Amino acid sequence: MATKQIIHGIYSDEVPLLEACSKLRASGLRIKDVFTPFPVHGIDPIVGVPRTRLAICAFIYGITGLSLATLMMWYMMVHDWPNDIGGKPNWNYYSAIPAFIPITFEATVFCAAHGLALTYLLRCWLVPGAKAKNPDPRTTDDKFMIYLELNDEQSKKADEILRATGAEEINYKGTITIEPKY
Amino acid sequence: MHAESQIRVPLILGNKTYRNITDDIIAPIEGKANRLWYILFTIASLAFMWGIGCLSYTIGVGIGAWGSNNGVDWAWDITNFVWWIGIGHAGTLISAVLLLFRQKWRMAINRSAEAMTIFAVLCAAIFVTLHTGRPWLDYMLFPLPNQFGSLWPNFNSPLLWDVFAVSTYATVSIVFWYIGLIPDFAMIRDRVVKPRMKKAYALLSFGWGGSVRHWSRFEEVSLVLAGLSTPLVFSVHSIVSFDFATSVVPGWHTTIFPPYFVSGAVFSGFAMVLTLMIIVRKVYKLEAYLTIKHIEYMNIVIIVTGSIVGVAYLTELFVAWYSGVEWEQYAFLNRATGPMAWAYWIMMTCNVISPQLFWFKKLRTSIAFTFVLSIVVNIGMWFERFVIIVPTLCRTYLPSTWNSYSPSFVDVGIFVGTIGMFFTLFLLYSRTFPVIAQAELKSILKASGEEHKKIAADHAHH
Repeated sequence: MATKQIIHGIYSDEVPLLEACSKLRASGLRIKDVFTPFPVHGIDPIVGVPRTRLAICAFIYGITGLSLATLMMWYMMVHDWPNDIGGKPNWNYYSAIPAFIPITFEATVFCAAHGLALTYLLRCWLVPGAKAKNPDPRTTDDKFMIYLELNDEQSKKADEILRATGAEEINYKGTITIEPKY
Repeated sequence: MHAESQIRVPLILGNKTYRNITDDIIAPIEGKANRLWYILFTIASLAFMWGIGCLSYTIGVGIGAWGSNNGVDWAWDITNFVWWIGIGHAGTLISAVLLLFRQKWRMAINRSAEAMTIFAVLCAAIFVTLHTGRPWLDYMLFPLPNQFGSLWPNFNSPLLWDVFAVSTYATVSIVFWYIGLIPDFAMIRDRVVKPRMKKAYALLSFGWGGSVRHWSRFEEVSLVLAGLSTPLVFSVHSIVSFDFATSVVPGWHTTIFPPYFVSGAVFSGFAMVLTLMIIVRKVYKLEAYLTIKHIEYMNIVIIVTGSIVGVAYLTELFVAWYSGVEWEQYAFLNRATGPMAWAYWIMMTCNVISPQLFWFKKLRTSIAFTFVLSIVVNIGMWFERFVIIVPTLCRTYLPSTWNSYSPSFVDVGIFVGTIGMFFTLFLLYSRTFPVIAQAELKSILKASGEEHKKIAADHAHH
């Protein structure tokens, strides 16, 4: 069983925040999270956030939409009840394909966009009624926070770095007990 | 933080801090509405109610209540539908296309432009659902099993493509808009003090906290959604134009229609964004964010798209003459010199001549002139759709079917009602939603803020 100290390092500008983050990482300390009022550019590699795979999800959803639309139109227009409309017969799929392109495209976009949005919301657990995830409400306004969970020895080191980089506040928010994994 | 070229004009004026941006955006939400807001809201909601009356009357007695007749079976309904859908296009263009092109000036206007898109698409939806005659059977547009009728819907028909295009466009626009709103709702949640408001915004913000991982995903999602919305917005108005272009009616059956309709849509949409933006910046004192430079940029888009529309009009005339097809030639002759020539020349003046005035820098940086011209452009674009539809249908192949057309009071009432609905929704939105994407705006403060640019310039000199 390990007891860890919760530390909130608060900054009012993104430049010292980035400096603090790279120094913390350089001294081998893990940054649990950073809360900022807007997307700070270039922060991901410094904090160690891996590139999200959401774009790949969107691609898969898009392909799904494309296949579903193709299947639907093939079934309804070609298989189940083929019709000759305005001299444009639907006896097989490939000869009638130009007329199916618009809806195939729309279905691709529909599934990709909605699938992506839903995956994003669920992955971040952004759902109606979810509790606010920022520990300090000022971080949606004009403050930037480094959130750390460290043991006593690491805490001392982190405290020095936060102080040296000009943190406005360093708040100790009690301890958290982490059960060891077996 | 990368420094921006000093040649670029600042996009945020004055000495603003992150806190100032928060305060300025939240002011209309926390504060009380002024007299002007109440006056506008009363007018808009009265118009809306009149529209609901005419709408109910149409549902009660059928579309015989409209001025449409045997030859002219599409008239105000489709004119209004295309006009509203077109207006919607600017919102997606600003938020998606300008995002892909990394245009920073988009950030101050994208939120309201997207809101405008959604409200405009809702207005457009009223006309398409009503013009079917029996709106309670509109579910038959969806691909439902054929015990509802004898057949599946016709997937070869551009009218069905339109159903898919418009519903995809509406829902994707709403999702794109909402994803961007979540961080701003969280800002409001953390700021307001009234418990009821706090609760409402807590619900709306979905528990957003601004964690670094979430921002990283947020940016990826915005980019991918922009990439999906860009072809989507072009497809929607292309498909709307197919409704006409795939028919065999002279004057409609032209391959120029998709690009012509899309540029016309962007043209009228930007004009509507300008109309709304000029009011919003004044009423909510957002002049520091919605600057003259923003207005100028949008006016430049108006010159470009207006000129494309102008070229399209002239190309249509040329091709009609050059084709040697008498039907085609007559269709355009009839538009320009026939009984509804007045509508044609209103269209030409408002859409081709008036935007060319923006070549003068003095005019495109004048707020009063821009405001007037933005309304002129939208009048012109309404007449464009009217000219395409009504004079053409009044004079088709068979002279015995030739007809005239005048709208009934119900036609006018529903149109006025949708304008009322649009402004009612926009006014409500502007008092409860963050009208500027404040999180995004904060991210460009250091690069494009006036004070920060000055500091950077001073550093460069020493």
